[in-house]
Amino acid sequence: MIHITDLHKSFDNNPVLRGVNLNVAAGQSLVIIGGSGTGKSVLFKCILGLETPDRGSIHVDGHDVTHTDRAPLLRTFGMLFQGAALFDGLPVWENVIFRLARSGLSKHALRDLAIAKLRQVGLGVDVADKFPAALSGGMQKRVGLARAIAADPKIIFFDEPTTGLDPIMASVINGLIRDIVDETQATAITITHNMTTVDAVADRVAMLHDGVVQWHGDTVDLRHSNDPYLSQFISGNPSGPIPTLR
Amino acid sequence: MIRLLAWIGAATLGAYAALGRVAIFAGNTLRHCITPPFYGRAFGHALFQIGFLSLPVVGLTALFTGGALALQIYSGGARFSAEAVVPQIVAIGIVRELGPVLVGLMIAARVTSSIAAEIATMKVTEQIDALVTLSTDPMKYLVVPRVLAATLVVPMLVAVGDTIGIFGGYIVGIERLGFNAASYLQNTVDFLERLDIVSSLVKGAAFGFISGLMGCYYGMQASRGARGVGAATMGAVVAASVLILAANLILTEAFFAA
Repeated sequence: MIHITDLHKSFDNNPVLRGVNLNVAAGQSLVIIGGSGTGKSVLFKCILGLETPDRGSIHVDGHDVTHTDRAPLLRTFGMLFQGAALFDGLPVWENVIFRLARSGLSKHALRDLAIAKLRQVGLGVDVADKFPAALSGGMQKRVGLARAIAADPKIIFFDEPTTGLDPIMASVINGLIRDIVDETQATAITITHNMTTVDAVADRVAMLHDGVVQWHGDTVDLRHSNDPYLSQFISGNPSGPIPTLR
Repeated sequence: MIRLLAWIGAATLGAYAALGRVAIFAGNTLRHCITPPFYGRAFGHALFQIGFLSLPVVGLTALFTGGALALQIYSGGARFSAEAVVPQIVAIGIVRELGPVLVGLMIAARVTSSIAAEIATMKVTEQIDALVTLSTDPMKYLVVPRVLAATLVVPMLVAVGDTIGIFGGYIVGIERLGFNAASYLQNTVDFLERLDIVSSLVKGAAFGFISGLMGCYYGMQASRGARGVGAATMGAVVAASVLILAANLILTEAFFAA
């Protein structure tokens, strides 16, 4: 489904990705873990076309999309941003169906669709006409999730989906992501530091460190690995090969 | 000495690079103005925000300036027994110069700052990235409606400002300086030429374009964090104000140079 080969990306001569190789199979839920500044978000942005890689290639469904127009591809993507990134000036329901607003569907049909998607993420119809600023962080994440799945994407990206949420709401969001991935059979890629999210969401896990994939494997192998970087990250131990001062 | 030359060289290159970036941004904006899709609702919203909601500040600014101008001309004209030219000079001063420039600067203060802050905030909160992932071009959805609306609506604001500015002079002329109301209006109408009004509206369109463009450009270029939003807002207002004054000189030269 997605094949990333030898991906490099630098900012002002500061290399962030130093040759990432990664494969994600169709219908799989891959979680990318790693400390802050290891290149997880940059990798996401390269796949989504928000950043242009310096070197390497990204293939989606067999098509090399590294330097081509992503517009047709983006229609098959859904994305939940870390801060939800809802549009302040639009009510919740219009945020949810934003991608479909010019699809030719009537306003009534679009609103019904938005409400159905909001229900899918556990929100009631009363939320539909509110503006994002009136919602809590957890509710905004749910609306962002509803927006991500509104157009039935084939690939869904989740950027730090539980950051800033209390443990209960984080658990709810993790459960929703797992349910959505199972129901839609979409391919999912999640980046997180949160091991609870890994346990709840992942089929496979890749650990990024210093701009390369340090470890890649099945979830069941995660805690049996002898990789010192992975072990340190999972245990949260300040001592180990991962420097704590960046 | 070498260090000073190097600094001057670097500053000059930096200024040219910035000018080039703005020119490319302006070119892209114009290109997107004529290629679909068009976001009519966003355009309508921008028209309302930039046009209708700017009316109070434009009206008050023009009213007070027109009144003050009448007093100044009367007082200055008295030095060479030319008090009678107040209606004519108020009209020409407001329509050719003060109306468009003051409206332009008010729009820079009110609208450019607002556009820059809004777009910069959208950038730092990843809303611009979200637009892209939702198959929406930020240039078409955010930039084109605002720049187009500003270009079309600011001439209308200038027309309103010109009218209210002349009215401000009229009120002061009649109530404070003892002019005859009918002859004041007659002198105003007789003295203004079509070119005065056309130049005023063209200046308005140019200043509107500059105001919208600078707000969008600085907003889209904003760096991360609250400081990035602040810097974008300040940069946009300063750049728009300076460019409006520079464009005013160029347009005045183009319209009225002998």
